[in-house]
Amino acid sequence: MTGVLKRVGFLLGLPAVLFALWWTASAGSTDFYFPPLSRILESLVDEWFGPRLMDDVVPSLLRLAAGYLVAAVVGITLGVLIGTYKRLRDFLEPVLEFFRAIPPPVIVPILMLVFGIENTMKIVVIAFGCMWPILLNTAEGVRAVDSTQSETARVYRITGFARLRYLVLPSASPQIAAGLRQGLSVAIILMVISELFAASDGLGFAIVQAQRSFAIPEMWAGMIMLGLLGFLLSLLFRLVESRWLAWYHGLRKAQKAG
Amino acid sequence: MLEVNGVKKVYEGKSRTVEAVRNLTFTLGQGEFTCLVGPSGSGKTTLLKIMSGLLDPTEGEVLMEGKRVDGPPPGMAIVFQEYGRSLFPWMSIRDNVELPLKQKKVPAARRKELVDESLSAVGLADVHSAYPWQLSGGMQQRVAIARAIAYEPHVLLMDEPFAAVDAQTRADLEDLVRDLWHRYKMTVLFVTHDIDESVYLGQRVIILSSSPTVVREDLAIDLPDERDQLNTRGSARFNELRAQVYSQIHRPREEAVEAPSRDAGATSLAKQG
Repeated sequence: MTGVLKRVGFLLGLPAVLFALWWTASAGSTDFYFPPLSRILESLVDEWFGPRLMDDVVPSLLRLAAGYLVAAVVGITLGVLIGTYKRLRDFLEPVLEFFRAIPPPVIVPILMLVFGIENTMKIVVIAFGCMWPILLNTAEGVRAVDSTQSETARVYRITGFARLRYLVLPSASPQIAAGLRQGLSVAIILMVISELFAASDGLGFAIVQAQRSFAIPEMWAGMIMLGLLGFLLSLLFRLVESRWLAWYHGLRKAQKAG
Repeated sequence: MLEVNGVKKVYEGKSRTVEAVRNLTFTLGQGEFTCLVGPSGSGKTTLLKIMSGLLDPTEGEVLMEGKRVDGPPPGMAIVFQEYGRSLFPWMSIRDNVELPLKQKKVPAARRKELVDESLSAVGLADVHSAYPWQLSGGMQQRVAIARAIAYEPHVLLMDEPFAAVDAQTRADLEDLVRDLWHRYKMTVLFVTHDIDESVYLGQRVIILSSSPTVVREDLAIDLPDERDQLNTRGSARFNELRAQVYSQIHRPREEAVEAPSRDAGATSLAKQG
């Protein structure tokens, strides 16, 4: 019991200290740009957990989910193909390297011309940006399938789709998960960026709007909201991953012990 | 049953070519338990991969039940040395054993029967839902053996399966393999670098030279069929056979590689066997 308390204390210690510092340092602040934390929190609760939750946060999250999903499907599919066929990899590599080198935010203006400023553009930006870590990690994982496991599959005539399902995908899943994790943080960044340029709702839009209309506490609160969202999403990801890859974490533990 | 005819394997590298297997010819009879023994680096694994269709020979051919092997044949199972890398760690023991049967389109009821039977035959009736990495090395190799026999193979190839387990486990597993062979009556080829193991296990020992590999001798093991670790290994005949295998393996190198006539001699010896 005390062990658990200690761990919780350890985990929450630094956030609590930082929070307290910010609170006391900003208390009674009259600076227009640095309002007291109490006011920021007020606006967080009133605005962000109030009307803005449905008007801005939810639309952002839906676009994030759509873009991320598209990236996952495309990235894993292409990654499996590229990891499986060496010739395809050699053929595609220069083009992939080129596209990967383009910072995703710069395609926003181009995509705006093609898709307009509505949801499609934002979803494409998110998908385009976070697809790369997923694709590359999947390809690496697929390439690294163990030779003995591969031979075992051949001996027992586990080929084609069954090989993909029972050998290749599970074997690459730790790498795929690593790609998905990286992809998630990229997706959150792009979710905000895609809304900064041109939008009528969304977290990024609302924060810029607040800044432009000098609603400073609301702007700060939006930043906190983004931080909280990112934190919650990565927590959720870790939870799903630890279930999905329970075998992998067990295996690693067993190898370390042995 | 399984014929190896003039098999040769040359690996073509960038700067040099390596002749791993020079010329191997021998036949495994139906239901026979043969051990293949040779010094490490004698191309045993290469030969096994060629026999199982995982690797193409440079020359020669392998025939299984009269058909040329050009990919893993349906009636064959292999137990690899690296049990930890041969089992799928993301599947339970049961799923590992069952997967090849699913691929073989065995009906579900029969599959269950085969999995239960083979797992209890290797003494693992109570760990079905565990993952491979939760078991000791010896137990993992038992799972790999269970997977092989559940497949109901006509030929079972084993590639130094016990090289990585401790001595006591190894003795247990040796007796297990002989039991299973008696019970299922399949043709077994057991590859090992351990001379004692080869004499103890088989009805016949094929002794390979070091690389480039030829057959040194094809020795019939005339020990009684009922074997146990203590008495068999203590018997005078066991020691004679063991000494014979030992002297063949440690015969000076030059003698084996010097002239083609020597190779031809070894090959013809193999054909007699």
